[in-house]
Formats: sequence, C-alpha cells, structure tokens
Amino acid sequence: MGEKRVTLILGHYGSGKTNIAVNLALALKKTHEKVAIADLDIVNPYFRTKDSLSVIEEAGIRLISSEYANTNLDIPALPQDMYAVTDDKSMTCVLDIGGDDRGALVLGRLRPGLVEEDNYEMLLVINKYRPLTQDAPSCLEVMAEIEAAANMRFTGIINNSNLGAETTAETVLDSLYYAREIARLTGLPIVMTTVKKELVKELEGKAENLFPLTLQKNFIESKI
Amino acid sequence: MADKVLMKGNEAIAEAAIKAGCRHYFGYPITPQTEVAAYMAKRMPKIGGTFLQAESEIAAINMVYGVASAGLRAMTSSSSPGISLKGEGISYLAGADLPALVVNVQRGGPGLGGIQPSQSDYFQATRGGGHGDYHLIVLAPSSVQEMAELTVKGFELADKYRMTAMILADGTMGQMMEPVDLNFDIKPAPEKPWATTGTKMQRKHNVVNSLSLIPEELEKLNIARFERYDLVKKNETMYEEYMMDDAEIAIAAFGIAARVSKNAVKEARKRGIKAGLIRPITLWPFPDAPFKKAAEHVKEFISVELSMGQMIEDVRLASECKVKVSLCNRVGGMIPSPEQVLDAIVKASK
Repeated sequence: MGEKRVTLILGHYGSGKTNIAVNLALALKKTHEKVAIADLDIVNPYFRTKDSLSVIEEAGIRLISSEYANTNLDIPALPQDMYAVTDDKSMTCVLDIGGDDRGALVLGRLRPGLVEEDNYEMLLVINKYRPLTQDAPSCLEVMAEIEAAANMRFTGIINNSNLGAETTAETVLDSLYYAREIARLTGLPIVMTTVKKELVKELEGKAENLFPLTLQKNFIESKI
Repeated sequence: MADKVLMKGNEAIAEAAIKAGCRHYFGYPITPQTEVAAYMAKRMPKIGGTFLQAESEIAAINMVYGVASAGLRAMTSSSSPGISLKGEGISYLAGADLPALVVNVQRGGPGLGGIQPSQSDYFQATRGGGHGDYHLIVLAPSSVQEMAELTVKGFELADKYRMTAMILADGTMGQMMEPVDLNFDIKPAPEKPWATTGTKMQRKHNVVNSLSLIPEELEKLNIARFERYDLVKKNETMYEEYMMDDAEIAIAAFGIAARVSKNAVKEARKRGIKAGLIRPITLWPFPDAPFKKAAEHVKEFISVELSMGQMIEDVRLASECKVKVSLCNRVGGMIPSPEQVLDAIVKASK
C-alpha cells in the first residue's frame, strides 16, 4: 500500500469507502511526511470524511473537503482546493470518492492530471454482504459501471466484506472465495482484506493483506 | 447468520417491497429517503418491474392510485415535504378504498426544514394530512430489520383492509446500516375482485372512484369505512413492552426515540429506578391497551419524541389522563440522548 502517490477509493454505495479512506490516510501518515485525504463525495450528504475531522487534524493530515460538507446543505459540491491532489506532487493522497457510477463521475475533472502523472492506484471496495454486490457477476457489473463513469480502470481490490456490528472471523472467512473469484475474473490483486482490529489475530495468515480498521465515526453512534 | 445482508434502512424497505410482490414504484428524490428510489431504479428493470421517477410527488402518488386500482401492489416514498405534496393523492386513495404503501422517511420541518431526522409528521400521518374522514395504517419501525418486515406487513394489511398503509420512519432509520435477514415468509396477495382488470365482456365494470355526489350514499360509505377501521383497531394493533411489569415510570416512544429510550431504561434499572418502555409499532391504530393498563401502576408517563410533542396526545388519551404525562424531546433534526432521557426518568422518579 502507498507505493503510488495517489490512492483512489471507489465502490458500491455503502461499501465502506469513507472509513477505509480515513484509516488508510492514518496508516500512510506513519511512513509519509505529507498526507492528504480528499472527500470528493457528490452523492451523499451524510457519512462524510469530515465526520473524522478531529482524528485527521490531530494526525497532521490535510483534509481536502467542500466547505459545504456536513453543513446539511444537500448539494453535490466539490472542494475548492481539489486540484491540489494533482498539482502538489509532494503530497501522498487518498481520494474518497462517492458511491457507484454517479460518485465516480467526479473523476472527470481529475483524470487528465492523474493519468498524465501515472502514479495512482484505483481500488474497488467490495462487500459480499451488500445485496447489490453479493456475488461476483453483480459486483463486476457495478465495477464496469464505475469504470465507465470514471473513464479509468481499477488496479486492485479491497475486500471489506462485513456485517457491521455482527461481523465475526467467520463472516470474513466466508467472503474469501467471493473476493478471490472477483480477483480471478478481473485479473486484479486483492490489495487489502479490511477487518476490525479485534479480528486481526484470528485471521492472520488466512486472508490476503489484512488491514486493521478502526470504525471512525458511525452516524448512529454519534447521535445516540 | 450466513443469510444476513448489510443494508441501509431505505434499501431494506425497497428490497422488502420487491419481495412482497411490489413491481410498481413511483418516486421523486428527496433526502433522506432517496436510497429507496435509487435501489428501485437498479432492481426493478431486472425483475420486469416498473421504476418511474415521476415529474413530481403529486404525479407519483397518482400513479400509485392507478396501479392500486388495477389490483397490483404499488408504492411511493418520500420525506416530509414530499409527503405533504402527496396529501391530496393519499386522501383520494382513502376515498377510493385503495390498498397501497406510502413511505415517509421524516426530516425536520416545517416547510423545507432540514435533512436530519425528525418525528414531527406524527399528526400528519395519524390524523390525516389529506382532507376528509380517513385513516392510514401507520407503521413505525425501529430497526433496519423492522423497516423490511413492516414493509411486507404494510402491503398485507393494506390488501386485507383495502386501506393505504404508511411506513413512518425517520432519517436515522433510513440512513443507518444494520445486518438484516430478508428470508421471511411472504403470503400471496389476496384476490381483488373489485380491481379494474378488464371485464373481458364477462362481468360488469368495476368502478374505482372517490367521487360520490349523493350525500346519503357518501354517508353510508364513510360509516362502512369506519366499521372496517374498527376491525383494524381490534385486530392489528402492535406494540412492544419492555420491563413494564413492575414499572413506576413508563416511557412512550417509537422509532429511533424508542432505541434511545431503551438504553435509558436499562441505565435507570441499574440505578434501581423501576422504569419501562411502551413502544407503539402501529401509530394508527394506537395501542391504547398497554397505556390503559400501565396507568394503573405507573406514576408518570414520559413521551420521548423528535417533535414538539405529538404522540403525547395519544398517550394522554390512552391513559385517560389518570397519571401525569410529560414530554422529553429534541427537534429540528436533533435526537434526544440516552442521558437526556435518563435525566427525565430520574426527575420523574423523585
């Protein structure tokens, strides 16, 4: 991870992209001086990168986010400083893109710079337990839609298969065949299997590239 | 376990509706319910159904009227301001005795309000919202699982009583993700001999209409409709009681407020305060019985709501004002915290 300067996180709506992006930025900050996370979500006014503002700021990570994010103003606004992602090549960036093909449209603006520099990874977040991506064919369909909207190709897969609070090691193990099938059909590597921290020990050696996740901010937990 | 999926409440409603045999969905986007429409847009074409983004909420509810007239399961969904626009169509559905499902994922109001959760459409849902003497069967889920199950229930009850049912959820219920088991039994929809399915020259025309110009007849229709409503009251009232057996303080709360309140009740019990919770699942018909019973042994009801106090009126009516009924609330898109509810319980216990 982090061998390329820019990591793009895309996937189906509700697949866990924002939480992964924040965790990834925090991990990258340990080995990289200048790290930024960009919230380019034009789909959902809730569950934004900005929810984790204090964690991000505390770690010394730059947050590139629309000034309207988390203001309840329900408009698909982009950050005014989004071009810093391609302009400042000294910065390691994680891009948190909105869900599905609608979310990926946002890359139309950044694509020329990213392709020209050719120093990015574009990762597809998958979750076997989301009904619209529950098997390889449906997942490939969503993937093709995203690629068409982004006009860019994926370079790797993040297996984030989980059942929320009810996730166990079994839940993750039951998703491995699914993830490997998608990897086989697309020829893409599984660059991460994301699991909550408590499960890492149990799953060590059993899944590809375990990446421990901390649930950054849960909309409900934050409210109740 | 292995059969569970992870869904947003809005998605669970959409998938459950499809499982219930709904093949006609008409909507118009509005936060925080847009996922219902987005999900239907993806799924309906694949299963030979119809997803239609109407030109307005008013158009959408009238498309529901059309499909319901033909005897098929139809639904629409929106959030508070959009439901107001549908009000006229909902009244027409009631006037024509049409079964349909309307979903309201409430947001703060009045007016355009905001996009955070609210329960301030309780009056609108249970007292009408449209004109005329009518009721909707109003179902209030408090988990993603219930979003799915009550959607199916809504279709079943609607068909059984020729009434329009409403899922009264809120932004939290719509947006939250939880594991859900969608493998429930679906009963086939009943025969609808009244539906406008074409006479094939074999029978008289069926007429679906809410217009009735002869007052004697319109009076009869209204009275007959309310006799049917009485059956719904008798047979279909649903609620959950939590730690009510020996309760001295009883919370009344539905939906997200009930989840918060349950945590507060647990905490109160740890502190030795005998608190309990009555959670109406049907808001119409309102579950009078548990409140009437509880009024014999509690010293105070606390209505916990995301409104300025709407369900509290039904709590007072149901308990016949025998004991004090107080309000614990947040509004405008805010949600009461368990601490706030606990404070209210502690105060009531003194």
